[in-house]
Amino acid sequence: MEKQFIKPVSLKNNRHLYCSGCGHGIVHRLIAEVIDELNIRERTIGIAPVGCAVFAYDYFNFDVTEAPHGRPPAVATGIKRVLPDRIIFTYQGDGDLAAIGISEIIHAANRGENITVVFINNANYGMTGGQLAPTTLTGQKTLTTPLGRQIRSDGYPLKICELLNSIDGTVFLARSSVNNIKNINQTKKHIKHAFQNQIDNKGFSLVEILSQCPPSWGKQPVDSLRWIDEVMVKTYPLGIIKDN
Amino acid sequence: MKNRVLMQGNTAICESAIMSGCIAYYGYPITPQNEISAHMSKRMRELNRVFIQAESEIAAINMVLGTSVTGTRVMTSSSSPGISLKQEGISYLCGCELPAVIVNIMRGGPGLGNISGSQGDYFQSTKGGGHGDYKMIVMSPDSVQEMYDLTADTFELADKYRNPVMLLADGYLGQIMEPVIVDKPVMKNSFEKNWVLDGCKNRAPRKIRSLLMNDGELEQFNWHLNDKYNKIRQTEVRYESVNIEDAEIVIVAFGIVARICRDVILKLRAKGIKIGMIRPVTLWPFPEKIIGEIAGKLKYISVIEMNLGQMVEDVRLAVNGKCPVEFFGKPGGAIFTVDEIISKIK
Repeated sequence: MEKQFIKPVSLKNNRHLYCSGCGHGIVHRLIAEVIDELNIRERTIGIAPVGCAVFAYDYFNFDVTEAPHGRPPAVATGIKRVLPDRIIFTYQGDGDLAAIGISEIIHAANRGENITVVFINNANYGMTGGQLAPTTLTGQKTLTTPLGRQIRSDGYPLKICELLNSIDGTVFLARSSVNNIKNINQTKKHIKHAFQNQIDNKGFSLVEILSQCPPSWGKQPVDSLRWIDEVMVKTYPLGIIKDN
Repeated sequence: MKNRVLMQGNTAICESAIMSGCIAYYGYPITPQNEISAHMSKRMRELNRVFIQAESEIAAINMVLGTSVTGTRVMTSSSSPGISLKQEGISYLCGCELPAVIVNIMRGGPGLGNISGSQGDYFQSTKGGGHGDYKMIVMSPDSVQEMYDLTADTFELADKYRNPVMLLADGYLGQIMEPVIVDKPVMKNSFEKNWVLDGCKNRAPRKIRSLLMNDGELEQFNWHLNDKYNKIRQTEVRYESVNIEDAEIVIVAFGIVARICRDVILKLRAKGIKIGMIRPVTLWPFPEKIIGEIAGKLKYISVIEMNLGQMVEDVRLAVNGKCPVEFFGKPGGAIFTVDEIISKIK
């Protein structure tokens, strides 16, 4: 019988250091499957963020570089401009992309850099123990919002896809999640489309992925999956925001 | 035949970088180095190379990091406040062992300071302005000719040691125009780069990173860096000596100040005063050996800087008590006259 479920060549055999129930591992696998299917592994260069995915180079089986916190879009620009035929993607969390790196992502998008961005929105800083992120939901308790996020002092949840939608340099913006099979399949479609756009020289594509973070959310893994459906999507509705 | 061209200091840096095979330039507007990005924006496009005016100094240095990851020669330039913003990136370049050329056309500080030439960034450049144990080669020109010549050397040294190299000049040198002999051969990017990321075709995947979390791993890496820095200390020290053979007084000065001191020496020598000068060309590695060797024979050393006293600390370490070390400084973007310096030499 033919093997139905095999490990993508684009993933190394290393053990993940992610927590139980974390969404990162699923997204890594989806990216690896897409890169295998598009046959671009040998010309792909990934850019790892600072955050939970900082060890991405130990999981992906292709060239990967580190970048300072928030700077992957600038690093991607520096690579892509001198190697325009390589496939360059950044993998960034919400602290990296939406807080300290908000300038770099906006301007890379505005220059219409022909790169792919995979943006993990788990509504907190996971790596450092679960602090307030720009994406933290109103009322959500974190390490630094013990009473829950208060609009008056902490501001509003930042909607990255909607923000970038106003920028003419973007060609594809989509939001999905990895909390059930249907959404995982949808996420894979988005990721594949975002890479295909780059292959076709179409420009800047970003895929936002709502990703479960059980320890920081103080929830069991199964409850985290449910929380995305019941709470998170109300602030961050799923779907394609732009597809030019 | 020697090709003599009238050039501004900032332009000389650009033309030398282009001749040295610099394929990408990233910058952000700041006075007094705007001629560099203006010139590069024209020339790099003409040559079908990469020019980006970045959204910030931070983005510019990280674009440099990205291009360097591919093994491509790359440069950024700025002036003092902008260089402060690049310090995190410089630390990462050192931690990832990535070559890059960073130009600092210094202006007065601290804070926004002014736009006049200054030497206030000696500490920041030579002692490591960013976090962690690292060193960066720092080269200090004193003429437009040297801005041209040393820029080419910064690219070679950066590749040779897989380390960022800084060209440290000031607003005066950046702005003046002088004839330059442009007879340096076109540089070949000849260093073997078996570490670059360009896609893993026909080889195992590579990673570039400075995060070393395993037990003892970071310590070992720092010792490796230390070996490299020691090799640079042994191999790459450069200085110019002026009339030191019979000197009883020696000036130590770098950059534009050393240039003024040439006239000081001429005038004082005409009066029969036995005075000479050591001009460090590499500020790191510092020419401590020659200073230590001559110190015992001198009445004193006079360190002259356009700051409140920075290089003087390295001179005192090199002299190690063998003769008195005097300091004469001028901070805040002010420049010396020859007579002012002469009045301080007893």
